[in-house]
Amino acid sequence: MDVETLSRIQFAFTISFHYIYPPLSIGLGVMLVFMEGMYLKTGKKIYETLTRFWIKIFALIFGIGVATGIVMEFEFGTNWATYSRYVGDIFGSALAAEGIFAFALESGFLGLLLFGWNRISPKMHFFSTIMVALGSMFSAIWIVVANSWQQTPAGFHIVGEGVKARAEVTDFWAMVFNPSSVERLSHVIVAAFLAGSFLVLSVHAYYLLKNRHVEISKKAFKMALIVASVSGLLQLITGHKSANGVAVNQPAKLAAFEGHYDSLNAGDMYLFGYVDQDKQKVNGLKIPGGLSFLLHNNFTTPVKGLNAFAVSDRPKHVNAIFQVYHIMIAIGMIIIGLTLFAVFLWWRGKLFNYKWLMVVFSFSVLLPQIGNQVGWFSAEMGRQPWVVYGLLRTSDALSKSVSANQVMFSLILFTFIYTVLFILFIYLLNKKIQHGFDENSVDEIPGHSKRNNPILK
Amino acid sequence: METFLGIDYPTWWFLVVGAVFTGYAILDGFDLGAGALHLFFNKEESRRTALNAIGPVWDGNEVWLVIGGGALFAGFPEVYATIFSAFYIPFMLFLTVLILRAIAIEFRSKEPMLWWRKTWDIIYSVASILIAVLLGIVLGNVMQGIPINKDFEYEGGFLNLLNPYALITGVTVLALFMMHGATYLIMKTENRLHTKLRVLAKNTSRFFVISYVTLTMATLIYLPQTADKFRANPWLFIVPVLTVLTIINTRRLLEKGVFFKAFLSSALTSALLLITVTINLFPNIVISTIDPAFNITVYNGASSQKSLGIMLTIAAIGVPIVAAYTIFVFWTFRGKVKMDETSY
Ligand code: HDD
Ligand code: HEM
Ligand code: HEM
Repeated sequence: MDVETLSRIQFAFTISFHYIYPPLSIGLGVMLVFMEGMYLKTGKKIYETLTRFWIKIFALIFGIGVATGIVMEFEFGTNWATYSRYVGDIFGSALAAEGIFAFALESGFLGLLLFGWNRISPKMHFFSTIMVALGSMFSAIWIVVANSWQQTPAGFHIVGEGVKARAEVTDFWAMVFNPSSVERLSHVIVAAFLAGSFLVLSVHAYYLLKNRHVEISKKAFKMALIVASVSGLLQLITGHKSANGVAVNQPAKLAAFEGHYDSLNAGDMYLFGYVDQDKQKVNGLKIPGGLSFLLHNNFTTPVKGLNAFAVSDRPKHVNAIFQVYHIMIAIGMIIIGLTLFAVFLWWRGKLFNYKWLMVVFSFSVLLPQIGNQVGWFSAEMGRQPWVVYGLLRTSDALSKSVSANQVMFSLILFTFIYTVLFILFIYLLNKKIQHGFDENSVDEIPGHSKRNNPILK
Repeated sequence: METFLGIDYPTWWFLVVGAVFTGYAILDGFDLGAGALHLFFNKEESRRTALNAIGPVWDGNEVWLVIGGGALFAGFPEVYATIFSAFYIPFMLFLTVLILRAIAIEFRSKEPMLWWRKTWDIIYSVASILIAVLLGIVLGNVMQGIPINKDFEYEGGFLNLLNPYALITGVTVLALFMMHGATYLIMKTENRLHTKLRVLAKNTSRFFVISYVTLTMATLIYLPQTADKFRANPWLFIVPVLTVLTIINTRRLLEKGVFFKAFLSSALTSALLLITVTINLFPNIVISTIDPAFNITVYNGASSQKSLGIMLTIAAIGVPIVAAYTIFVFWTFRGKVKMDETSY
């Protein structure tokens, strides 16, 4: 295999692995703020127990997120040197801001969050929780801004020619608020809320099935359900906005999403299907003119198709892009259906009456996880063959001094390490969940914690 | 070219990057050093104490590496792209051991089995040693220069990087971190472990002095141009002299039992060594051994004035905030290690 293919596989593999953890950290961070906030507000021990339990899980997830994130930070330089030179002026400032404002914030306060229980006041501890949650959201802001610039460049000019061509900032705020950053950022953050809240839903649904920690689990389940159902609806809105943006800024990508080739026809929208790339048509269940309606509020307006672009300027793997995109949408719909159904039962006072529902929720953590992965695959594969849309091709972005053997070596290394890491992660996560809450600390009688009682301390 | 306080933006950013990497060497230096010494502690209790001494802060320390990488990318994209693709294999190994070390710290105390803990202890310690040595190897190569062509692309192979000078630098960095780590742990421990560490501190500082002297001689042999720079500006000799003085001072303070000051003194040693490197390089950042015309300097490797201006503003706002809460965190966990239910 050539350097390009190997480098792309390596990037996709390392970022996908990294991206298992950030959404969980961001979403769980928000859940922790909720839980600890309830504890401070009510003073009930049950919330403290809940917070402490989830902080332990948070620590595990966060740790792996950090370890795998550092790889990403340097991979631009190691594998994509030409790209780094090209975008350094722009991308660099976002990355520097991320380091200073986000990573330092989360990691600095993480120590207090994990080890500070007996050293700082409950209020200060709550403040640390908020800072860690905010820090992880800030990091999403900067990295998504950088990625969005690469999708829809703005606020720059090109200096130099040939191998010396570089993009330089002319307008910082136009760079930050490029045409896609707001929509994509909101979509990514809400997706992270889904990831975090569904993890809480799954674990507590599992306890309820096993008849363990029943009181506490009911409370936690309801808290997470609120976050999940609001986020589910928001995700539809932010996703729709993204799709509208893609139609304007990256029409080739949108055409690939729906497998739409012919520019003279209205665009159809598929619920599911299969793109026959040779015959240039899709077989599947469709809403005729749906895409046109989505974009122009009219079922017959033509939509620019893939054939409007030279073959070298449009993505190759149309069927794969079609599939990942449709899986994302399907997951979005399932999430909305599931959470609204559960909210309905809650309203009727029957939320915990059905065993099968708890079985479904026990596995539901996979929905946003898969959704996040396929979402990025849609956005990034749909961007091909460009690294910087319309400006720099992926095949021109590589490190010239790196050979295929070297990338092969590192790819094997990462595959090995990440496999071990993932097995250990699942093992320890499972162990923590099986262990559950320390029984004696879960006295369900409301009362103030030991920490606030100087005699017991 | 725009200036601030009479210094132009690229030079300012060079100083910022230098300061961040110095911060990294001082902060992660002590926890990497603690890791390198880990296997010298035999008892489970000692190992746990040593691990918890760095527990709440090591992750925050490592962030300085991330910020340094980001700062380099932002300010000197040419350097970032050239160095990281040139040192492809060393960096991949570096990243791998960095991951292994992080998970060793996280996972070690999560199971009680002896074999589990022993395995992670070994991984933790060996990874800490390798990280120090690999950083040193990169530093050594940067000081010597590497074969880069007119497009700033590296033209050497992997084995070029494993030359004697770079290896000596690697060992020196390891020794520096070990000394620094021992000084930190002395501050955080009590009783037998504390006594043991005082012996270790003596030995590691001996180890460091020997490697430092060797490195200085090697520099004179391999990089005679360094001596020219010092001869042209004799006042620069203050830096190596101060370096030696801080080493002596650290030992004196350790004897006296004022551990925090000893730690600061040892941190100063790291800073002075990096200042020496900076003096040697400036205004070059990456020296080309093919032709000095291909050197990447502070000027031809920098981002645009506009971008540097934005980032200097970001740094001016961000760094004081980071410094403030970093100090707060260290202050919260001051004093000897105390174990509780949240410890590793
Ligand atoms: C939507 C959010 C998001 C996205 C798209 C990415 N990350 Fe990430 N990253 C985070 C959100 C995040 C986080 C939430 O801040 C992390 C992850 C897990 C964690 O616990 O902190 C983190 C950790 C993390 C770290 C370690 C920081 C530390 O030491 O605390 C680095 C260096 C990176 N990331 C770099 C990257 C790069 C270069 C990416 C792109 C290619 C990337 N991340 C994608
Ligand atoms: C965490 C979220 C992300 C995911 C899951 C993701 C996913 C992917 C995938 C799957 C590829 C391979 C595409 C292909 O080869 O067809 C890719 C490539 C790439 N992505 Fe992303 N990406 C993410 C974030 C980012 C960010 C934030 C940036 C930069 C700011 C970025 C820059 C790149 C680059 C430079 C490549 C390599 C060139 C290419 O193949 O396009 N990615 N990413
Ligand atoms: C409910 C219906 C949904 C719609 C209409 C939708 C729409 C979209 C669109 C159009 C994009 C591409 C944006 C671009 O390339 O610029 C996208 C990307 C993405 N989606 Fe969705 N999405 C939906 C649900 C979800 C769900 C449920 C998740 C995960 C929980 C998710 C996660 C993502 C992610 C992580 C990306 C990549 C980042 C980005 O480009 O914004 N999406 N989505």
